[in-house]
Amino acid sequence: MGRITFIEHDGTEHVVGIEEGQSLMETAVENGIPGIDADCGGACACGTCHVIVDRDWIRATGRIDAVEEGMLALTPEKTDTSRLSCQVPVSESLDGLVVRLPEFQM
Amino acid sequence: MTTLKPLLEPVFQPVLDKAASVIPIHWQIRGAHSVQSVKQRIGKARKVPVFRETPLPDVSTLALEDIDVSNPFLYRQGLWHSYFKRLRDECPVHYQQSSPFGPFWSVTRYEDILFVDTRHDLFSAEPIISIGPQPEGLEIETFIAMDPPKHDVQRQAVQGVVAPKNLAQMEGLIRSRTADVLDHLPVNEPFDWVRRVSIELTSRMLATLFDFPFDQRHKLAYWSDMAASPPESTGGTANTDEGFRAAADMARQMSLLWREKEARKAAGEETGFDLISLLLANESTRGMINRPMEFMGNMVLLIVGGNDTTRNSMTGGVLALNQFPDEFTKLRDNPELIPNMVSEIIRWQTPLAYMRRVAKQDVTLNGKTIKKGDKVVMWYASGNRDERAFDEDPDQFIIDRKNVRKHLSFGFGVHRCMGNRLAEMQLRILWEEILKRFDDIEVLEEPERVQSNFVRGYSSMRVKLTRKAVR
Repeated sequence: MGRITFIEHDGTEHVVGIEEGQSLMETAVENGIPGIDADCGGACACGTCHVIVDRDWIRATGRIDAVEEGMLALTPEKTDTSRLSCQVPVSESLDGLVVRLPEFQM
Repeated sequence: MTTLKPLLEPVFQPVLDKAASVIPIHWQIRGAHSVQSVKQRIGKARKVPVFRETPLPDVSTLALEDIDVSNPFLYRQGLWHSYFKRLRDECPVHYQQSSPFGPFWSVTRYEDILFVDTRHDLFSAEPIISIGPQPEGLEIETFIAMDPPKHDVQRQAVQGVVAPKNLAQMEGLIRSRTADVLDHLPVNEPFDWVRRVSIELTSRMLATLFDFPFDQRHKLAYWSDMAASPPESTGGTANTDEGFRAAADMARQMSLLWREKEARKAAGEETGFDLISLLLANESTRGMINRPMEFMGNMVLLIVGGNDTTRNSMTGGVLALNQFPDEFTKLRDNPELIPNMVSEIIRWQTPLAYMRRVAKQDVTLNGKTIKKGDKVVMWYASGNRDERAFDEDPDQFIIDRKNVRKHLSFGFGVHRCMGNRLAEMQLRILWEEILKRFDDIEVLEEPERVQSNFVRGYSSMRVKLTRKAVR
């Protein structure tokens, strides 16, 4: 089983297993990663599952659509490799993925 | 711009734009007020509805098409719950043909509300989010009532002010001000929680956010009340003339404050992290005062947004814990539940009942066809009590409710509440400080609720405090 690493803002690392078919947000929530609120439950409607993807991996996480782009624009901590984790499907092709959590969710 | 429009032909628009940046905003508002007074006298003004309270019927006696949830007395009379439950069960997407605010659709179930809220491509927030229109001549432009891409630009310019990063710096100040209010409350004797705590704390917060003269902070609450309660917009009690005077006064004082800060900044003084200083520090917003309607719109939005909502959640939380005393016991025993309780308070109270949209095209929703141009009201207050969306009985107040953060009170999508984190922080600090000092807040009688179809608020609530026993 492949692995994904979440790094909290304070540097704490969490390595979790990949479960095909889940979103990155669901993976985080199921593994109890702190700092992912996901208030809307994955509807791309709240912006509280923001993660910052390691630059080497941003392509592999797929395309950002206009809705996600619009929600991300509301986050003051947005970077050029920001994603809403509910919009990133997880598969074995993401084995080794590293994402960082912002200091705050908006 | 809108305030001058009735005076001049559209061909003068460029001149008008120039004029708008030169003529003080409060003069423009006074001008619009005069125009409106004349229109009123000669019968050219739009009619403002008059609401007189009478006891409303039990919803079970009404035909579906006669149910009118825009009635501003529904909440006051404690009937909103049964009215919305009937709509959710029997007609979740409901058309009211002839309300005092004109025809409108009501969307009452959680999932349908989420759909409308997130599909800004199908539903426009323009021109305003109340069921009825803004008062004629006082049509301020705010990004809560703009669609992307214009909305995004305006919101991004100001949202940094209430970004969690800024809030973290303000926590200590908010806590000391909250402590000060609580330390001066009478113990073991009745007093009005709304006036002494909810209004006082939100006014202090707003004064802090704007770095507004502290001794005049009551004005902020007053302006906000006036802006949220025109009868034609929300069925509220504001009087048109008083509304214009309040808007002019607000424009004058906020412009003055802006100019003072601008001058201090130009003189090389260090700027603070208050709202206006942050706007002045930002390239895209430092000239905002030269765009009067944008300036007024942002000021009004931030004042209203930070006022009624938090104020009524501060009162609603106390009321909820009195109606569900076992939860008060649970809270005293488990103060670590405060953050979750804060979300539950915001769900249970739903301080703003709805947001309104206009269909941009024909849309079929839950079997009904909403026509292009129809008004669509998303009743957050109903969706937050939707049995289909909340596993544990949504009418119960449960401080450790699971998944409570999915509540609709902040809205979802691009218009999601910008001040949500500030509101949560204020309420969290309030309850942390309350539990340090008091064992009980007893609500002595039914609170007085406000007249509005929009604001679900309290004008007074008498309570009695019991000091925390020494353990």
